[in-house]
Amino acid sequence: MKKYDAIVIGAGHNGIANAAFLQKAGLDVLLVEKNDWIGGASVSRNLHEDWIYSNCSYVCSLLRPEVYRALDLAKYGLQVVPYGGSVTFSSDGDYLGRYTDPDASRREYQRHSPRDADALHRYERDVMRQCRFIRQFLLRTAPDPTSFKPRDLLELLHIGRELWALGEDTIYDTMRFYTMSIADYLDEYFENPLIKAAKAGSGIIGSAMGVMSPGTAYVLLHHAMGDVDGTAGAWGFARGGMGAIANAMQACFEDHGGTTITGASVEQITTRGGHVTGVALANGDEHRADTVVSNMTLPRTFLECMDPKDLLPEFLEKCRNFKIRGSSGKLNIALDGLPEFTALRGNTELLCADMHLVDSIEKLERAYDDWKDGHWSREPYLDMLIPSLTDPTMAPPGKHFMSVFVQYVPPKIEGRDWTDADRDAFSDNVLNRIEAYAPGFRDKVMHVEVRTPRELENEVGLTEGNIFQGELTMDQLLFNRPIPGYAQYRGPVKGLYMCGSSNHPGGGVMAAPGANAAREILRDLRRPNTVPEGWTDD
Amino acid sequence: MTDRGRRIIIIGAGHNGLVCAATLARAGHHVTVFEAATSVGGAAITREFAPGFRVSAGAHLLHALDPAIAREMKLADHGLDYAATGLGTVGLDPDGQWLRYLGAELEGPGASDADREAIKTFDRQFGRFAALLRNLRGQVPPRLGTRDRGDLLALGKLGWAIRRLGRDDMREFLRIAGINVYDVLNERFESPLLKGAISLDGTLGTFAGPRSNNTVFNLLNRYDDQGYAIPAGGMGTVTAAMADAARQAGADIRTGCPVRRVMMDFDRACGVRLETGDEHTADVVISNADPRTTLGELLGLQRLEAGFAHRVKHIRAKGGVAKLHLALDGLPAFNGLDEALTGQRLVIAPDPDYVERAFNHAKYGEFSAQPAMEITIPSLHDNRLAAPGQHVLSANVQWAPHDLKGGWNGARRHLVEACLLMLEQYAPGIRDQVLHHELRSPWDLAAEFGNAGGHWHHAELTLDQSMMLRPVPGAAQYATPVNGLYLCGAGSHPGGGIMGNAGRNAAWVVDRDLAAGTTGTPEPTEDEA
Repeated sequence: MKKYDAIVIGAGHNGIANAAFLQKAGLDVLLVEKNDWIGGASVSRNLHEDWIYSNCSYVCSLLRPEVYRALDLAKYGLQVVPYGGSVTFSSDGDYLGRYTDPDASRREYQRHSPRDADALHRYERDVMRQCRFIRQFLLRTAPDPTSFKPRDLLELLHIGRELWALGEDTIYDTMRFYTMSIADYLDEYFENPLIKAAKAGSGIIGSAMGVMSPGTAYVLLHHAMGDVDGTAGAWGFARGGMGAIANAMQACFEDHGGTTITGASVEQITTRGGHVTGVALANGDEHRADTVVSNMTLPRTFLECMDPKDLLPEFLEKCRNFKIRGSSGKLNIALDGLPEFTALRGNTELLCADMHLVDSIEKLERAYDDWKDGHWSREPYLDMLIPSLTDPTMAPPGKHFMSVFVQYVPPKIEGRDWTDADRDAFSDNVLNRIEAYAPGFRDKVMHVEVRTPRELENEVGLTEGNIFQGELTMDQLLFNRPIPGYAQYRGPVKGLYMCGSSNHPGGGVMAAPGANAAREILRDLRRPNTVPEGWTDD
Repeated sequence: MTDRGRRIIIIGAGHNGLVCAATLARAGHHVTVFEAATSVGGAAITREFAPGFRVSAGAHLLHALDPAIAREMKLADHGLDYAATGLGTVGLDPDGQWLRYLGAELEGPGASDADREAIKTFDRQFGRFAALLRNLRGQVPPRLGTRDRGDLLALGKLGWAIRRLGRDDMREFLRIAGINVYDVLNERFESPLLKGAISLDGTLGTFAGPRSNNTVFNLLNRYDDQGYAIPAGGMGTVTAAMADAARQAGADIRTGCPVRRVMMDFDRACGVRLETGDEHTADVVISNADPRTTLGELLGLQRLEAGFAHRVKHIRAKGGVAKLHLALDGLPAFNGLDEALTGQRLVIAPDPDYVERAFNHAKYGEFSAQPAMEITIPSLHDNRLAAPGQHVLSANVQWAPHDLKGGWNGARRHLVEACLLMLEQYAPGIRDQVLHHELRSPWDLAAEFGNAGGHWHHAELTLDQSMMLRPVPGAAQYATPVNGLYLCGAGSHPGGGIMGNAGRNAAWVVDRDLAAGTTGTPEPTEDEA
């Protein structure tokens, strides 16, 4: 039987990026994927007639430009088309728009609060400062603070130096930014409830915290630290849906001679004498390699796909304690025509933007209270986009694809599993919410795909439906991610590595964990490094 | 001999103001303390709330008083005595399935074997982590981003202290220090009652539920396996002893003298103007009042640089704890508890979700109708508080926000009713024993003690407002940007609780600055001396 140099489990964007970097370094890599298609949560699916759904992740910004260039993704067909602006609808029939034109945005903010319009510049400068600071650490391996190895000490020193270089005041701002709630953080800049609500949403997307929970200001970064074509903070659509990202990486991987098997669910990561030997598939096939890389979540890798006898009880305990509670859901909708939001009164420019429902911090927080009680939010935070307005390949002419991200949705309903009836009630509630702001909306709906944490777990493999493969709280960031002592992509068994978003720097279609893991593997195998280190900005 | 002593005014005779006064007076300075209330003590006082019934009207349990301060001030010689020490915490259960814990001990019908085992590791780790934080209390927080040797040395020491925990404990400390108590307790314990009781400790006195990050930090700040103490004669004895010590060292303490303004001479604080209009000048003014009151009202934000004023304005100090005092015609019978247990620290927090739900209301400006409570019956230990056979119950009630929607006027009655309903479930018949009751909302506490927002800690004690960020960057080393004006209250590092460290640290800084001539005040000339 053929023995590969490395086997990568899971063809999500991190798995493919990892496989591509290893293959480029001259390894013979096998990529196995349980679904019949590749992409994981970075996927385009044709689920209704001629529509293409980005049915999990739906916008692109975080993808590291270093990875984009190193894997030559432009050559392999990836185009990211920027979109501009955002709009938040309030229940009193008004809205708050953000435009690509800064002057238009300023006028719009002035309409709501002249004071906040003045604060906007200060706010954006401060958040961008935090983005620039964190970006340089995304493509670096976090140091182990308990280690005395020169490499860890040097990396700690590096972080310390970069922090010191910010200057005293900015260091304090940074410490506060990482520990505050988004609601408190925004209170320091803005006074208008709608403006605060519009900004607060980014602090809770995908997280199991409320806008008033300390630690949510940092989550904001996971929605602000990206860029499109060098424009920091900008967002875009991958042309052809988010699957285009995975497909371009896959093309790179295969171009360099990599092998992929789809429809191949891994049953067990096999070991012998404390070293991995390969993977055993559910269909009985076995594949051998001395290096196995898991792109699956931490619990799935160690609690489901490994023999507990191969692992220490304390390690298993830590895997069980890994916080990976799902909090979001999604509706993918085929539309017969554009929705007509009453508030917009024909201002169609904002239809191309990121659209939100929710109009106050209090309502956002109450949505979280519902989640804590094990229920989907009755008045959820909705993040809606119509990519087909920007990328016509997504839907037939005159028709549209609409992606509706919903926060909060619990992994279990009051402690029990989701049923189809729960799912339908959840979907109905969301559609009715939109209908209330855009009368006639429901009549235009031709098909809906509903994604609750149950679907995300079963189909994509995201444990409990957590979109970041693990919550982004301080106990699970940097050298704590996923587990203290295992934050350098190496598993507890020799030859086993982890490359999914459960690892530093976490979720979002960033490809950073995949790239970082590849760098560590090549280092262990004494192969030439193909993975770029992080760039500093400016 | 030249008198190197300088004239110092301290605003407020709370425990920190008194410690600060005593420390500076001992160093030879001429200290005058102006206190608005008619007696010293701030929120650490004993007062009669109903005829014949006395209670610690603010803080009611002692657990963090720095032993070094007690020694330096010879508090025992000045009358500090304990009615009870080493009190453990009893988690109450309506069915009498109580449990009691203190350090690594866990007992009672509600305690499970697994938890009895788990609490040993918990106590060992939390004890070590808490000691690490406790060692920081007696230090002036270092500044970050500087090349100052003292700052770098302090940081190096902190790093070394964390490293000395050893690999496993260090990892655990770095993992949990910034997160919430809810998740950490779920990892370690199985009994909802135990988790509920400890989760209450993680939230006590803060505007945060068990699921809010920072609650582990708050728990570590409170964690002490020596248990709680009740001073004989109530909390007022502690501050009376402190005042006595300060006076003996030479400090002049004047009560009933509310300060209206901090006076400035061009760019430096030069004294205070009282409500009466009297003016008193000094070389240095130190404020034991909370930072928002000190800088916002007594000094005036307009006298501060805009960026700094902005920070001060946004100090979070939303008080969320009400105080309930009951005068009882007998000892209440808590289900399953004997008299010895009733004298411990009792908590109503049956599970962490209960506590979290109680907090939910506070977020929206409502009080919780099913509050979490921390209860003491000090009269069991101290017969000076009530007539024989009668008792005083003192309880902290969470949550009851300072800014209650609709205001507190009509609401106190409803909250008392909710508390009594709650207590009746745990101690049937207690309602009929109530002779008098008094409910102090955070709004009332603010009016009585003068702390903005009625917050125990003068400023929320969260990571973003602790150490070198407390109360705000630029004033975290006790000196404010205004020459000659210093802070010494709970709003400064290390925060509230009857510890006295803020007062003593501030005194050191003032004394050092005076000696170095860096307070902005001119060196004393020989004729002044």
